[in-house]
Amino acid sequence: MNPLVPMIASTVVAATPLIYAALGETVVERSGVLNLGIEGMMLIGAVAGFAATRASGSDTVGFIAAAGAGVALSLVFGFLTINLQTNQVATGLALTLFGIGLSAFVGHNLAGLPVARLAPITIPGLTAIPVVGDLLFHYDIMVYLSVALYLGVLWFLTRSRAGLTLRAIGESPAVAHAIGKPVVGTRYLAVMFGGATAGIAGAYLSLVQTPMWVEGMSAGKGWIALALVVFGTWKPTRVVIGAYLFGGVTQFQLFAQGFGLPIPTEFLSMLPYAATVIVLVIICRDPKTILLNQPASLGHSFHSAA
Amino acid sequence: MQLSKTWKTISLCLATGIMATAPAVAEPLKVAFVYLGPRGDGGWTQQHDMGRLGLEKAMGDKIKTTFVENVPETADSERVFRQLAADGNKLIFATSFGYMEPLQKVAKLFPDVKFEHVNGFKTAANIVVYEPRFEEGFYLIGTLAGQMTKSNTLGFIGSFPIPSVIRNIDSMTLGAQAVNPKVQTKAIWVNTWYDPGKERQAADTLIAEGADNVAQNTDSPASIQAAEEKGTYAFSIDADMSSFGKKAQLSGTTEDWSGYYIAETKKVLDGSWTGNRHTRWGIKEGMVVMAPLNPAIPPAAVKVFEDKKAALIAGTLNPFAGPIKDNTGKEMVAAGATMPEATFNSLNWYVAGIDGSVPK
Repeated sequence: MNPLVPMIASTVVAATPLIYAALGETVVERSGVLNLGIEGMMLIGAVAGFAATRASGSDTVGFIAAAGAGVALSLVFGFLTINLQTNQVATGLALTLFGIGLSAFVGHNLAGLPVARLAPITIPGLTAIPVVGDLLFHYDIMVYLSVALYLGVLWFLTRSRAGLTLRAIGESPAVAHAIGKPVVGTRYLAVMFGGATAGIAGAYLSLVQTPMWVEGMSAGKGWIALALVVFGTWKPTRVVIGAYLFGGVTQFQLFAQGFGLPIPTEFLSMLPYAATVIVLVIICRDPKTILLNQPASLGHSFHSAA
Repeated sequence: MQLSKTWKTISLCLATGIMATAPAVAEPLKVAFVYLGPRGDGGWTQQHDMGRLGLEKAMGDKIKTTFVENVPETADSERVFRQLAADGNKLIFATSFGYMEPLQKVAKLFPDVKFEHVNGFKTAANIVVYEPRFEEGFYLIGTLAGQMTKSNTLGFIGSFPIPSVIRNIDSMTLGAQAVNPKVQTKAIWVNTWYDPGKERQAADTLIAEGADNVAQNTDSPASIQAAEEKGTYAFSIDADMSSFGKKAQLSGTTEDWSGYYIAETKKVLDGSWTGNRHTRWGIKEGMVVMAPLNPAIPPAAVKVFEDKKAALIAGTLNPFAGPIKDNTGKEMVAAGATMPEATFNSLNWYVAGIDGSVPK
């Protein structure tokens, strides 16, 4: 078999959870809220999805439970930052710590138990095509849904009235409030959306990528998703490209090692992060790119009396 | 990642604070265990905790054990050791390599407390080192892999290219070559002890590149799952991971620490404990235990495996018996000689048959 095919297939599987988490966070940040709790919400989603799938035998139930758990945790964040106007950075960090601890506690008895992996779908006629079938038509349903999610988020942010309102709130909540837009409600919905996608991203880890539950299994992917949002300058297309790039470079370095390329493994392990840093530097070289795209009120609390 | 450390520090402060307020009981010997991970990690730390429970069961009310889990290999561990020593624990087991330097400092401050450090190499008047002969387990893995492979290609997922891990890939390859001279080994280093996603990708990569028997030195069962899906074979480490791949897992190396913990505790109780020792136990002493064999292994292959195992126990087989060449063709161990154990901690070369070169 051509080794390029499994390499690309692995890249897609590696990038998918990042796409879910990063697209959700893009919407959240576009509304002016910075939620650093993705890692925590992913872990809660991972454990909830795993537990629900084990109990019900259905992956659909698992992913719904994961999204629900992510939403539940994001509501805690929303209440604290939107209603009580706590500092978003500190609250987000606390959410991650809380998620790590809570998922470990809840999942204590789930470690070491197996669950069937969500099987790839088979499209009659298409999957059987050599190479192309393996490359395009042999993934699990969540991969295709991630593409749908991307198109949905892109349409929402750039083509819909509600998306325009959300972006206006992200730029200037005071002005949006003055013309009668529901700042609190919109931000709540955005935060809940981010919670749901982070939960799904977590469940993708515990049900598809490595179908098991172990403490801290997200291993920093929530932070990478956060970096991807900046990397993509808050634009869904660039965020998705970034996720595939990151997944691809990670996968490439493993293949390079297996083929025995004489490159130090420490250097190869560094590549995905180095690539991220280089792109960030290139983006930041022109300060306008960041300034123009970053939601102006990102990280600031909003009080209607202000 | 910094964050999780902060969190651990906070929880440690709380944990040690609670311990400090517990009343000191004079009669039973207090034995403490410091763990790197959570007890439920399904691997390394879980096995140590089973050793602790085995010790409790064997010694009854003559001892009282304590443990602290999730202790990072940083200055935080120094505080934990100091607190445990100050709290009256007379025997402390430090169950991760990275506790070596903090332990040196604390041991000087508490000369009457006895410290036991796993896999390290610095001993003192009140520090001893204990270590499983992992190479025996990996040699036996090689024995099975060499017989079961159809592609004559083995895979190995390495954590960090340090001597104790390189020793495992070398001895696995030697074990495989002893039964199948055509075997080649491919290694992928993931530069982490624990990242299920990355371990999974590494396993998929090795399988895609033709390795039909994959062993690992990383902690999660991800590679067992990968092999189960692809219909190839894999080997567990630390714990039996067959629940993640009944067909895929052929065997694996696990550890049983209870025998050593009981022996050392008895020495402390009867006053015969001495410092400056370096204990290496293997298959014979029961510290290295092979995970149950997969029923798919043909009886003839099982026989070869059992013979090699018996030879290891009898001491007639040494995994690192010469002649051994490195993979550039240079003779490293002469015929008739064996590699001195003193050089184990500086082993940084691949034996012939392993692709590529050791990351420098």
